[in-house]
This record gives sequence, structure tokens and C-alpha cells, in this order.
Amino acid sequence: MLRKLLIGTALASGVAFAAHAEDVKEVQMLHWWTSGGEAAALNVLKQDLAKEGFAWKDVPVAGGGGDAAMTALKAMVAAGNYPTASQMLGYTVLDYAAAGVMGDLTETAIKEGWDKSVPAALQKFSVYDGKWVAAPVNVHSVNWLWINKAVMDKIGGTEPKTFDDFIALLDKAKAAGVIPLALGGQNWQEATMFDSVVLSTGGPEFYKKAFNDLDEESLKSDTMKKSFDNLAKLVTYVDPNFSGRDWNLATAMVIKGDALVQVMGDWAKGEFNAAKKVPGTDFLCYRFPGTDGSVVYNSDMFGMFNVPEDRKAAQIALATATLSKSFQSAFNVVKGSVPARTDVPDTDFDACGKKGMADLKAANEGGTLFGSLAQGYGAPPAVANAYKDVVSKFVHGQIKTSDEAVTQLVSAIEDAK
Amino acid sequence: MSTVAETSITLTPEHDARPGATVRSRLQDALPKLVLAPSFAATIVFVYGFILWTIYLSFTNSKTFPSYAITGPRAYQRLWRWTFESDPPSSWYTSITNMGIFGFLYISICLALGLFLAILLDQKIRGEGVLRPIYLYPMALSFIVTGVAWKWFLDPGLGLEQTLHQWGWTSFHFDWIKNKDFVIYTVVIAGVWQASGFIMAMFLAGLRGIDGEILKAAQIDGATTFQLYRRIVIPLLRPIFLSALIVLAHLAIKSYDLVVALTSGGPGGSAWLPSNFMYEYTFKRNEMAVGSASAVIMLMTITAIIVPYLYSELREKPR
Repeated sequence: MLRKLLIGTALASGVAFAAHAEDVKEVQMLHWWTSGGEAAALNVLKQDLAKEGFAWKDVPVAGGGGDAAMTALKAMVAAGNYPTASQMLGYTVLDYAAAGVMGDLTETAIKEGWDKSVPAALQKFSVYDGKWVAAPVNVHSVNWLWINKAVMDKIGGTEPKTFDDFIALLDKAKAAGVIPLALGGQNWQEATMFDSVVLSTGGPEFYKKAFNDLDEESLKSDTMKKSFDNLAKLVTYVDPNFSGRDWNLATAMVIKGDALVQVMGDWAKGEFNAAKKVPGTDFLCYRFPGTDGSVVYNSDMFGMFNVPEDRKAAQIALATATLSKSFQSAFNVVKGSVPARTDVPDTDFDACGKKGMADLKAANEGGTLFGSLAQGYGAPPAVANAYKDVVSKFVHGQIKTSDEAVTQLVSAIEDAK
Repeated sequence: MSTVAETSITLTPEHDARPGATVRSRLQDALPKLVLAPSFAATIVFVYGFILWTIYLSFTNSKTFPSYAITGPRAYQRLWRWTFESDPPSSWYTSITNMGIFGFLYISICLALGLFLAILLDQKIRGEGVLRPIYLYPMALSFIVTGVAWKWFLDPGLGLEQTLHQWGWTSFHFDWIKNKDFVIYTVVIAGVWQASGFIMAMFLAGLRGIDGEILKAAQIDGATTFQLYRRIVIPLLRPIFLSALIVLAHLAIKSYDLVVALTSGGPGGSAWLPSNFMYEYTFKRNEMAVGSASAVIMLMTITAIIVPYLYSELREKPR
């Protein structure tokens, strides 16, 4: 009986090992792009790889979502069982690279000319210690307004150019009986909006100093206080029921015309697309007032792990396909973001996409392309989350004044460093 | 394994005239231990081993990944400092005060309501067979389902408030779930709804186990119904209280999913419990040392409460 059991166990583990050896022609991919549009966009990549003879294998993640995937990845890496690549965000890539588990794609990068076509600000996250460790898939930008055009026409509004214009526009909407600002009261959404507010209030230099360099003088400056005051102003225009709302529900309010505007990253455009809305006729996309010319970005990356030699070919094929112009265009048209390389033709993109691409290029050349702190591209996760805490507590009233908010921000960031 | 068995065969004849029987009886003796061994080993490693590992990690400066160099109690110092940061509340302060509010209300309301319902159901009423499962059923739901259902029900724009407004009661106002000061009480409501039926079933079983003779004797002595319950029934239910308390206490301390599903953390993180804090810091903020330290503090707190209680309850047994 026992012997049978032992033999059974041995056989089972043998099978497991055998399965492991078949990985060579396979791309093992950990990601959380499972919703309709994103999954469709990934399919393009799967087909590209299939043409070269590589099978695609999703690494299953129970529960979906980025957090669950990152927890799963941590466990896999700790067990020494690396996937070929994983969807990753910002500092996570650098954390893993510092832990020495990332591969090296420099050869491919030089051959494909990534260092020239990928914006320098992005390379901060895809290159570690001179080695390419990740392939950026897209660039999202955060400082957008999404406006329902029908409502805009009804209240006779025009594109707001300054923060005061924006407040005036919101007042108009309020007077017309529409919810002026659609916001989901979750900390990351509030902080994402605050990124734009800070950029608008303090300008590009200030944003960089405060939210990328974490300069204490800037963090506790009067400009930061004014930014918090401006945020408080904006929050007076949301409906009382906003707390805890998901971002896509807030977008739906704008789509349906219940609300005038949402401040959100360009992934919101995916929701408009899914609802068959056309930019320019159904909805409008403007840069957050006072932030034209700058781009606050975040980006999805495929982090490439240090897989054994025989699985490297599959990895290189994946990386090459990911940064190929055709995939960059096809994927980002669906996703709502813009390509991670600036030399992709914009022919397939809609008006908002074209503007996004032009803005990215200009910001890259003008040095006004900044990582979003709320999205984890301004500072490591500990700091970013401390920041989100403070913003959210300010929005919901645990922190009562902008003075207090600034003090809290400085000490929270200091604590988390 | 077979070598061990053979060895025992060669050894046994000296002691026993019937070797075959001895092997069998020895095997029979060993069988429970053999069967239990895997789960015992698993518990040792995955429960107690990881408790030790967590304690170890809390004294390092582990961030994204565990690091093994002991760097002192910095994580505890930070938690200690946060414990007294009440204005504006630090996340840790919010978590532990919420734990106090939630734990106390959840356990006491569940016990009171469960006992009350059980006593009512015990009055030999008609239709008990239908009523009992109705109360018990919520326990069969996962916390996620409970959380989502109550989230919709309590949402002012969607559930109760909206419905009553449509029915004409427009002054009705109930927005606790959106209110940073009251959101934790909505967690209590949902939690109580889910668990009180189960506690009722436990008490009902206890009530059914009470010897009718004692009650009759008391009635003959002229005890009122209130006295009957106060002096006889409830004291006799003491073991049930112990079991119910342990069930509820561990449900309370591990309530993580309920908070997430019901409130997604609440406005400004105001619905956090220590378990949410632990998960956030360990996995989302890459501050594994702080997360581990908070887990250790949770363990110590629950130990400090449960152990003396268990001791005082179980000590009386041999009497």
C-alpha cells in the first residue's frame, strides 16, 4: 500500500518534470489583460508569435487583477520558476532587476533600435544597469479630461484652457443640473486626478521636482498647498455618492451624459470605444487645463526574466514582436494608449490617439514627459501609496486643511523612503 | 517503509509467540500516527514554521522580497508610532480602532442575537424546520457574496435609500457606507447578518441538550420564565458560549474579504482592519517587514485574548 503510494508520488513528480522540459517552444506569459478589448489586442501578439512557431501559454492567476498577478509572480520567482515574461508596472521591474532575476535583451534592443525609438523617460524603467530588462508595450497618459459632447453643447461650454476656466465650466454644468465631475472615490483615482492638478498648478518643473525627485522643499511649498486647495475645489463638484465607485462606472456616467467630465488616464477611452462612441462627435478629449505640452505617463511593460538558455529564443521573439511597429499600432488602437516607440505611424489612430502620440513625441523632445506618481512611475510603491493615502484622506475629510495635508505628505513620504 | 516493517518482524519473535498477530497489531497501533503524520507535518511547517518565519522577517528590513539580515525592530517602532497618530488617523491607527469596534460589536451582537433567535425558535413553534435554514443560510455564502450584496443594498444611489426615495419617503437618509466615520458599522451589519444564524444554530443545539427535568424542577419551585433562562438555561449554555466565541473571534480577526468586497477599503481607507493593513503593506507597498510586524501583533493580540479565556474555561473541566 505504502509502496504503491510512494511509486505514485514519484510518477506524479516525474510527469511534472517532463512537462517542464516542453517549455522551449513556448512563451509563458503572466498578465491580467483578460477583459474583452485587451484580450483581443493580446491576440494580435499571440498570432505574431504563432507565425514564428512559438506557442503562447497564459500563466493562470486566480482572482485576476494586477495585485493578484504580482502576488503570484512573487511566489513563482521565489520558487525559481520564472515565466518567460510578465506584465509589470514601473518600479516593480526595477525591484526584480535589482534582485537579479531579470534577463538581458540588450543585444536585441540594439539590433531593433529601441534606444532611439523608445522615449528616454520610459527607458528609466526598461533598462537597468545598462541592460534592457523589459519591453514597454504602451504609454498611457494621465492628464486628460473626458467630456460628454452633448452635455458640453447643452451648457454652451468651450475647451477650458486654465484651471479657472475649468472651474467656470464645472459651475455651468452644475447650474444646468448635471453632475459636473465624475469621480470614483478610490485612492488611486483621487491621486491620479491630483497628479494633473499639481502639474496644472505648479507647472512642469514643479511637478518633476515634487513628484519625481521628491524634493522636500517643493513638497511642503505654498504651491503644493495651493494644489491641495485646488483639489478641494474640484471635489465640491462631485456627486455625494462618489466614494468607493470604480473608475469605469465614473466613465459610464460621462458616456451616459449623467456627468460632464472625468479626469482620468486614457484607458478611459477604451470604455468610450466599447460603447461605440466616436471622439469629436460623442465625446471630447482635452488635456487637463494648464497641462498642455506636458505628459504625465504610466506604461505597461513586459518584464523579461532570466530564463534558461534554451527558452531564450522564445523570449527574444516575444520582445521583438512586442516592440514591432505593427503590434504597437494594433494593440494601442484598441487599448486607448499610444505606442511606446515614437516612430510608429498614427494612421490607424482616432483623433484622441493622434493627439496623444503627437503630445508624447513633443513631451519627449521637450523634456516634459514625467512619470505619474499615482500610477507608480514617479516613485517606488511605498512612496506612491503613502501619497495616495494622504490625497485620499484629504478628499474624504480625515485631513482637514491643505496645511495639514502638506505636512502629512512630507512625513508620509519621508516615512516610506 | 518496508524495511522498517521487516525489521520489526525480525525483532518481534523474542517477545511474542505469535509474530503475525503482533505485526498486525503494531501496524494497527501505528496506523493513526501514520495517517496523521502528513497533516501534522503540514501544520508544523505551514502554520508554526511560517509564524516563526514571519516573526523573523519582521525584524529585517525586507521590502519587495524577504531579506535575511536582522536589522532590529524598526518595523515595530514605526507601528508603535502610528498607534498614537490619531489626527489625522494613520492607517494603522484606523485599522486597530476598527478592529476594536468591529470585533466587539460583531461578537457581542452575534452572540446576543443568536441566543435570542435560538430561544424564540425553541418555543416549539410551528414551521421551525423552515425558519431554521432561513436564518442559517447566510453562513453558506462566502464573505465576498455577502459583501457585494450588502454593498449594493447599502449604496445610497442604488439600494435602500434610493428605493425608499422612490416610494415617497424622500427625507430618508442612510449613507453610512460612504461615510468615513460610519463605514465600519456597515461591515458589522453585514458580518452580523452572515454569522448570527450560525450562532443561533449552535445555541439551539445547546438548548435541545438541556435536560428537561431540571427545567421542570425549577418551574415547580416557582421560577419565572425569565429566572429560568437567567439562572439555569444560560449558565448551562456556557460551553456553547465558548465555542461560539472562538468561532466568532477568528472570523472577526480574519475578516479581510468582507471589507474589500463591501467597501473596497472605505473612504480614505477608513474601513481597514489589521488584515487589510497587513496585505496592503506586504504585497502592494512592498514593505514586507512592516506587514510581518503587523501580522505578529495581530497574533499576539488574539493570543492575549483567547489563551486566558481558554485557560479559565478548560481548567474547570476535571473538577
